[in-house]
Amino acid sequence: MTILSPVLIIGAASDIGRAIAVEYARAGASLILAARDISRLEPDSTDLLYRYKAKVRLAELDILNPAQRNALLADMAEIPGTVISVVGVLGDEATAWSSEAAADYVMQVNYVAPSLLLGALANRMAERPGACIIGISSVAGDRGRMKNYTYGSAKAGFTAFLSGLRNRFGSGGLHVLTVKPGFVATRMTEGMELPPLLTASPKQVAKAIIDAHRKKRDVIYTLSVWRLIMLIIRMIPERLFKTMNI
Amino acid sequence: MLSGWGRYPAVPCMVMKGRSEAEIMRVLASTKSMIARGAGRSYGDAALNAQMTLLMESSDRILFFDDVAGRLTCEAGLLLADILTVFVRQGWFPPVTPGTQYVTVGGMIASDVHGKNHHGAGSFGDHVESFDLAISDGQTLRCSPDENADLFNATIGGMGLTGVILRATFRMLRIETDLIVQDTIRAENLKEAFEALENSLSATYSVAWIDSLAKGDRLGRSVVFTGEHLPAADLPKDRSSTPFGAEQRTGRKVPFDFPGITLNRLSVSAFNAIYFQSRKPGRALVDYQPYFYPLDSLSEWNRIYGRSGFVQYQVAFPRDGSHEAISLILQTVSEYGLGSFLSVLKLCGRQRNSPLSFPREGYTLALDFPIKAQTFSMLLELDRIVDDHAGRIYLAKDARMGARMMERGYPRISEFASLRQRVDPDRKMRSLLSDRLGI
Repeated sequence: MTILSPVLIIGAASDIGRAIAVEYARAGASLILAARDISRLEPDSTDLLYRYKAKVRLAELDILNPAQRNALLADMAEIPGTVISVVGVLGDEATAWSSEAAADYVMQVNYVAPSLLLGALANRMAERPGACIIGISSVAGDRGRMKNYTYGSAKAGFTAFLSGLRNRFGSGGLHVLTVKPGFVATRMTEGMELPPLLTASPKQVAKAIIDAHRKKRDVIYTLSVWRLIMLIIRMIPERLFKTMNI
Repeated sequence: MLSGWGRYPAVPCMVMKGRSEAEIMRVLASTKSMIARGAGRSYGDAALNAQMTLLMESSDRILFFDDVAGRLTCEAGLLLADILTVFVRQGWFPPVTPGTQYVTVGGMIASDVHGKNHHGAGSFGDHVESFDLAISDGQTLRCSPDENADLFNATIGGMGLTGVILRATFRMLRIETDLIVQDTIRAENLKEAFEALENSLSATYSVAWIDSLAKGDRLGRSVVFTGEHLPAADLPKDRSSTPFGAEQRTGRKVPFDFPGITLNRLSVSAFNAIYFQSRKPGRALVDYQPYFYPLDSLSEWNRIYGRSGFVQYQVAFPRDGSHEAISLILQTVSEYGLGSFLSVLKLCGRQRNSPLSFPREGYTLALDFPIKAQTFSMLLELDRIVDDHAGRIYLAKDARMGARMMERGYPRISEFASLRQRVDPDRKMRSLLSDRLGI
């Protein structure tokens, strides 16, 4: 499958976003990098130009701001061939239990806002043969757990949204890819003790994504061990699961 | 657990990534003790700090390239491998390159690395025009030969102890092809090796691989390699349209830690003998990758020394006493029979004006030793030889010398200390190495 440009990366200033930009630039794509603070991305766009002669445009976007989402859609000189949403925030689970605002923020950032934006983009991109929408969801969305169910439920919603979008466009039209990375060593997880064998680097995630894009995959776990882990976790009967601390 | 390339010592370290100047400044402000770490290719404890080791690899952006003068400005975490990938095909080569391309620009400055062209081109620091240094109080200072010159010189070879290098500008070298004309000369003993290196001073690149286990008449037997960048006019016919046709290779991996027993006296001396015999004297055309980075084709080659790791012992002597000192070292190593794979001998040129810079005019020898019970006592014997012959040990390789060896080898240490007192009175920038050596 060829990669269609321009490639719009939403959340491009994140570690995974930056790694994805590198992989797509290396593959020869032109890029639109969207992030809240685009001044942070200026050195990156220069770097991508020197390394890969990549054409890069920067777009300011606060995913929670509907006016900015609309402006991004209206500004589009060319309909993107590929859109990758790397938007997400882990939040603090215990805080989300007691603060509605904190829970709402996690739900908005991980589910509502990216789904609305990808939905609007899908309507435009459906016309373009070979177009692709890629959403970074999470293994946390596979089953709600005590430790992160606010985040997990939002990601579950996002996973379901992507799955519905894929179904809507069937096998012939828009390609929709759901990515479930498992642990990734990023700013989001900095300071946490992560098991090395279950933890991917942003570069590994980016390589897995572009590979799955080319192969027209539907759902991937970037480290395949996570597919097995989540299968087991999903198979545990609820009666038992509710008593467990995992 | 974090360690240098020698995997000794390994210590638990708090780490943070410095993805941007703002993040680096936040880390700098939030800690009382820290050291910046590039690609982790210094061998010992130079890039380790248990309280805070700042990982610079994500600050690796190319910021500006002047393609007329060949002047590159980049962030300090940029890998030399990336520089080669981007710029060799445009006809530019790093002015100085160490034996691996998996080092960062910041690391090359902090260790003031040298390469096979030191006798002509000097060390990496000689090609740096300027850099921005974040010092302990949160200021960023532009350093160059004209601006903060003392800090500029102290930071080159300063092992990260003056501050965090954020960005640097240095000059690259014009090349017409990515091929190297290599001449191979066999030397049956140390005297012949010295002669071959002395006779190669007009070559751009020269280095000797030395069999540290050869004894008696053959003590110091070596293969000397010289090299020149191939001019476009001399390209072979099949390459005449592709002067930059070398493929970037990704290395094979050493899949597991070799058991300690693998490298015993027999296996290493057999390997060395085969290596020595199989190098054919004469001229050959080789790609720059295998010429400059023979070990990079085997990634994680440090694992062949087993789980306990190894130390690299690299020393430099004034030209006059070099032959005697190196003969004594080789005799001692040979008596202990501690396996060192092919070791490196090089004749260096003039020393630069940096208090802690390692290369000096004379010979440098590098040997690898796996960590074993008798390794440290042998190294103490070698230290004595080094001290007796006014030699010094390379800080970027060292994991175990004492403060006295350091002071004797680097007589300008007090100058470095007083400058450090000025820019970092609370000793925020420190590493296991600086604590060990009392710098």
